[in-house]
Amino acid sequence: MATVVHRDLTGSPAVPADAAPFAVRVRGLTKRFGDRAVISDLDLDIAPGEFVVLLGASGCGKSTLLRILADLDRDLDGRVEVATRRAVSFQSPRLMPWKKVWRNVVLGLPGRPDRARAEAALAEVNMTHRSDVWPKVLSGGEAQRASLARALVREPDLLLLDEPFSALDALTRLTAQALVADLWTLHGCAVLLVTHDVEEAIKLADRVLVMRDGVIAHQAVVEQERPREVADPRFVSLRAELLAHLGVQEHG
Amino acid sequence: MSAADVSAGALPAARARAPRPVAPDNGVLPTRPSEHPIPVTVITGRATRAGGPRARQARVPRWVIKSISPLLLILLWYVLSAVGWLSANTLASPQRVVVKAGELLRTGELQEAIVASAQRVGLGLFFGVTAALVAALIAGLFKVGEDIIDAPIQMLRTVPVVGLIPLLIIWFGIGDQPKLILIALGVFFPLYLNLFAGIRGTDPALIEAGRTLGLRKLGLIRHVILPAAVPSGLVGLRYSIGVSWLILVFAETINATTGIGFLVNTAREFFETDTIVLCLVLYALLGLLADLIVRGLERVLLAWRPSFTGT
Repeated sequence: MATVVHRDLTGSPAVPADAAPFAVRVRGLTKRFGDRAVISDLDLDIAPGEFVVLLGASGCGKSTLLRILADLDRDLDGRVEVATRRAVSFQSPRLMPWKKVWRNVVLGLPGRPDRARAEAALAEVNMTHRSDVWPKVLSGGEAQRASLARALVREPDLLLLDEPFSALDALTRLTAQALVADLWTLHGCAVLLVTHDVEEAIKLADRVLVMRDGVIAHQAVVEQERPREVADPRFVSLRAELLAHLGVQEHG
Repeated sequence: MSAADVSAGALPAARARAPRPVAPDNGVLPTRPSEHPIPVTVITGRATRAGGPRARQARVPRWVIKSISPLLLILLWYVLSAVGWLSANTLASPQRVVVKAGELLRTGELQEAIVASAQRVGLGLFFGVTAALVAALIAGLFKVGEDIIDAPIQMLRTVPVVGLIPLLIIWFGIGDQPKLILIALGVFFPLYLNLFAGIRGTDPALIEAGRTLGLRKLGLIRHVILPAAVPSGLVGLRYSIGVSWLILVFAETINATTGIGFLVNTAREFFETDTIVLCLVLYALLGLLADLIVRGLERVLLAWRPSFTGT
């Protein structure tokens, strides 16, 4: 496993000063918008290489938490330590429309745009044939895959995914979920996936967190071996458990 | 439910109430009489219409259709002049204008005038565009820049530029200098306003994405903010160029000794409507040329933007 490099830590003598045995450690995080606390006194750990899915209803603060971990919002109270090498893929792919797909993939990397590196990353998401087109002509699924390639080409220790499948149609979503699972196995980075899709959570996660009222209200370790069969009784019962914690009553 | 359950095409039990004829494997229902016929619309593709694709090719080209109405107007003008309803003192006939153009070309006056006017517009544009670029970048990219630059510009832009002519004459005399300043001023405002709006209108989601990719301030400006501002910048440039010709007309009424405006002023003294019409046509053609240049620029710079071309 790659060493996780951190920005904000005073290390013990045994390990390098900037290395840590976790990809994310959050203690006592509070985030307010005006008077309203969207996140209140939240704790969270993510181990290196762990796949964590954060579940929650709309407006529960899960995307806010992800933005904080992506270092897009520093207006907060508490202590947040997060892997320095991290990458984000958003709900909308957010490709720069004025750059060809391959240039989007290597945007922000030091040095001259490295076409070979971009092509290699695009090959991982089966997008080689679309590397030289403008992003506007991509389908939703293709754009999302390009966005994934752009995240993974940075070889992150932590991959943050903000509802990356929610704008895709049902069939494309299944393919994309399988792709993310494969890429995670391949790269071995820690993943935090934010979603409101319970089945997606159980399919992909090592550990599912349910966020409610600004805290992690519940967590469940998924024991079922991969690939996970939806019809498996363990799947069904975990699904019911998580839905109950989300406040959803399935059958009257 | 697994894929095997449905792959054979079997209908779920609940729907299979009445025995149905077995459907062929291609989405076509076996024909059976209906008790309730419903109205239908037949949609046939262009490709299969009588004559096929060839019939489409044989249609009149678009530019021919586009040139019909201008040609009709010129014809009307010609007829009105020919039957004597339009006297030469009111408006010279089209053929008079053409003859006049030939005369002025032979003496070299026309070329000289075009060069002088084009030079004025070119220099005025150059100074105006440069100033607008610098000001819009400073005001658009930096808050301090906005506070210092944008407020006075927003106040000044409400002053009609041609209203400054008397002041400019007092300050700079009646040479080429006030003309250039006038054009530059006229060019400045539309470009500045559009470019500033374009820079500020950059999608914050893209800026955020750029930040997560590790772009710092300069990288964001280069890879995100400036490209995002190009479309509105080009709209501003087109406005600016249009304005530059308009102001040239005003500027050349200030005691010009060269240029198209000089030709017009001289012609006015002698009621030469043919020269006046010729100069108007020249202004139009030069304006069109400038517009073509900007369109070419758009085609290159905005290749990434799929644009709607109309139906």
